[in-house]
Amino acid sequence: MPSGLLDEILNLSAEHLVLVLISISIATAIGIPTGILLTRRLAPRRWVLGFASVMQTVPSLALFGFLIPLPLIGGIGKRTAIVALVLYALLPILRNTLTGILSVDPAVRESAIAMGMTGAQLLRQVEIPLAARTILAGLRVATVTTIGTATIAAAIGGGGLGVFIFRGVASVDSTQILAGAVPAALIALFADGGLGWVERKLSPA
Amino acid sequence: MSAIVAFQNVSYVIGGKAILCDFSVEVEAGETLVLLGRSGSGKTTALKMVNAMMVPTSGEVWVEGKPTTAWDPIRLRRRIGYVIQDVGLFPHFTVAGNVGLVPSLEGWPPAKTKARVDDLLEQVGLPPEQFALRYPRELSGGQRQRVGVARALAADPPLLLFDEPFGALDPVTRLELQKLFIGLRRRLGKSAIFVTHDVREAMLVGSHIGLLHQGRLEVLATPSEFARATVEEAQAFLACLNANVEVI
Repeated sequence: MPSGLLDEILNLSAEHLVLVLISISIATAIGIPTGILLTRRLAPRRWVLGFASVMQTVPSLALFGFLIPLPLIGGIGKRTAIVALVLYALLPILRNTLTGILSVDPAVRESAIAMGMTGAQLLRQVEIPLAARTILAGLRVATVTTIGTATIAAAIGGGGLGVFIFRGVASVDSTQILAGAVPAALIALFADGGLGWVERKLSPA
Repeated sequence: MSAIVAFQNVSYVIGGKAILCDFSVEVEAGETLVLLGRSGSGKTTALKMVNAMMVPTSGEVWVEGKPTTAWDPIRLRRRIGYVIQDVGLFPHFTVAGNVGLVPSLEGWPPAKTKARVDDLLEQVGLPPEQFALRYPRELSGGQRQRVGVARALAADPPLLLFDEPFGALDPVTRLELQKLFIGLRRRLGKSAIFVTHDVREAMLVGSHIGLLHQGRLEVLATPSEFARATVEEAQAFLACLNANVEVI
């Protein structure tokens, strides 16, 4: 393998990782608190989950395309790519936070309240620890999917391993396609394994 | 007023259906009031009003000289022990963590909490050196409910609420826990409200029995008076005491 290609793989992998990390961080920062809020509010639950589900169903290439003409969040480049990736990652994180907390045994919740726990104590000491595994499983799904979807970011100038893939497709060069696909798959495998390990480490409920 | 709990003309209506109708009863300090009734008779609703888990549609529930609506619900609940049929132990806490819950919420120093937890586990028949560090999933149903009782007693509350606490246990274990309850109540002088649908249990643990039927209090009597009650619903329950199954 020529050393120039190896350097480019490393650079684009790093760029790819940064893209994924930023997107997942933002999606987590939005998704977990929103999920918790939705356990307390019945009315907006359907709307928010509906919105997140619809975002998931939009084909990724189309979503990137839709975002380009939008002011502030749109345009060509990383920012638009991150917005799209966040929209994609939102649903699994949101939904697992919601189901994780809602599936806490009602008897446990009832006795926590009857023991005189405040809302914040109930959340911190009971609901979040008992939902942690489910929330993390959502985070894992979101991360693995985002690593794959982020390859499409190259289509709108977002960089990352997709650069190889699009170049390879355009020039019918399977070496280039593999140079993008194999590292992306490896990153996804490692992320899946690592987050799966953390998930198992968390105290089983 | 010397009553620790007083229901004053309490009604609870939901969706046009009256769950509890004009319910009035008092519990004196040291007494155990059993609320007896069928499923849906309103007994659990009445119980949950005492620690402000539910609020009456009309009327008031007074606890220690104040209506529940005037209490800070958090303060009120920490002064009342609560035991339910499904126990509701925290699966991610050890036995010691579960029993020490209210003391730690109240900010007791860890050494004091530990001493209290050990003492309570001893009292409910679970040697702390053997049980303190176990998790709820490692216990039998009876042991779990013993932990539930210890947890309710942890902060030495003057009042205990029991909602069909032993209903899910096998008859032998149930009798053991009923005896434990009676022993603890005598020794500690706690007041209690005890909800059950088991007339045998009601006669065993109650100093008074309040019979609820379709949201109304039909009988309020001591167990020996209750045994002679003539009201139809009381008769129906008393018939369970010496029912001979007729085989056709």
